Amino acid sequence: MNEEMLNKDQPKEMVQQVLPLAMIRGEALIEQPKDLFIPPYALAIILEQFEGPLDLLLYLIRKQKFDIIDLPIAPITEQYMVYVELMKNVKLELAAEYLVMAAILAEIKSRLLLPKQVLEESEQDPRAELIRRLQEYEVIKYAAIELDKIPRIERDSHLTEVALANNFIPRTAITDIDITDLMRAFNEVMKRTAAFEHHHIQREVLSTRERMAMVLTKLTEASKYQPFIEFSRLFNANEGKSGVVVTFLAILELIKASLIECIQANVYGQLHVKLKEACQ
Amino acid sequence: MRDITEQQLKRLIEAAIFVSEKPLSQENIKQTLLADYKVTKIRIITAIESLQCDYQNRGIQLIKVASGYRFQAVSELSEDLAALFKERAPRYSRALLETLSLIAYKQPITRGEIEQIRGVAVSSSIMKTLSERDWIKIVGHKEVPGKPAIYITTNEFLDYFSLSVLSDLPQLRPLTSNEKLTT
Repeated sequence: MNEEMLNKDQPKEMVQQVLPLAMIRGEALIEQPKDLFIPPYALAIILEQFEGPLDLLLYLIRKQKFDIIDLPIAPITEQYMVYVELMKNVKLELAAEYLVMAAILAEIKSRLLLPKQVLEESEQDPRAELIRRLQEYEVIKYAAIELDKIPRIERDSHLTEVALANNFIPRTAITDIDITDLMRAFNEVMKRTAAFEHHHIQREVLSTRERMAMVLTKLTEASKYQPFIEFSRLFNANEGKSGVVVTFLAILELIKASLIECIQANVYGQLHVKLKEACQ
Repeated sequence: MRDITEQQLKRLIEAAIFVSEKPLSQENIKQTLLADYKVTKIRIITAIESLQCDYQNRGIQLIKVASGYRFQAVSELSEDLAALFKERAPRYSRALLETLSLIAYKQPITRGEIEQIRGVAVSSSIMKTLSERDWIKIVGHKEVPGKPAIYITTNEFLDYFSLSVLSDLPQLRPLTSNEKLTT
């Protein structure tokens, strides 16, 4: 940017808006407009310099050295309306925001023009709210300028980057989960899955009768070598759940029919199954 | 629990702050780095202070920011160091800085309140940029119609500006009195 030219042309007391306002037809339009009139061709660019109607109003007040208490609302409003008219073609949304401000200004003016009645003394100066907002905005406007000056990473502060030694090995976190936790979690999943299962009623593929015969055969064969057979040996895990269940049902049926009996030699010991004497 | 000498402790903390990608807090150092060691909080702080002394008059310094301690180049060197970095640091618009200032100084604040003070709509892209940089976050929703989000600034925001607490931010200038607004 044209800092040198800027400093030459810029009046000393102007602290805000130090950069040339705009480039128009290759020429830097360095100075802020001297009065309220901004050439229409420069307006769009100049407006980009302002952060909204409050910012523009603050600028106009400073530029004109208006006393905010004696805000010459009529000329400002007039100027505002010119902006708004021009903005309609460019940015309707932005124009709306400025239009609100113009309306506020017009309202203030009209209320000031009304003859004052003694009764209404308690009524607030119509300019008070606008002044409050302008002051509030100005505080933030300068806070932003100050914030921009704070040294920050990337622009002003440089962080250190240090590499690790070659022999560095990351330590993997030791998890506290053991197999039982996993089992419990899996069971939970299975339970939830089961809740969504539909009931399928099917014809029995495995016949309990047939299985009863098989158990008896097994026991008879085994009895050649030993009278008992371990309960668990009657099951064939490969058959899956339904196979196991059918075998179990078959055993129960056989016990009920007094064809076999179940013996447990000691507490918590293995179950043994043997043929009833009569069958042998 | 293992023992560690003052000298070893200092060396370990120095290395840890250097290699860590993020600033390390005293609590963090105690709970992770020194989990297996018998050290008190006071010993850690003493070691850090001793390190800060060691780095005086050096090109880098050990400073405390919001999320902890970090090393950075001393600010007097920033201008010369800039020659190293070809990419220009991002510049932030006035609109973004004003929005960020409002959140920093007036938090917790809603978007509507920001717009009220600035007199213009806050663009979504600004809020998005601020959120993406992790400088602001939503802490809740105001119990008014529309339930607008309530924003606050984060530790990352303070880190970025090398501040350790919000009160380190520059003082707001007092409201200009009516007369001053005219001069």
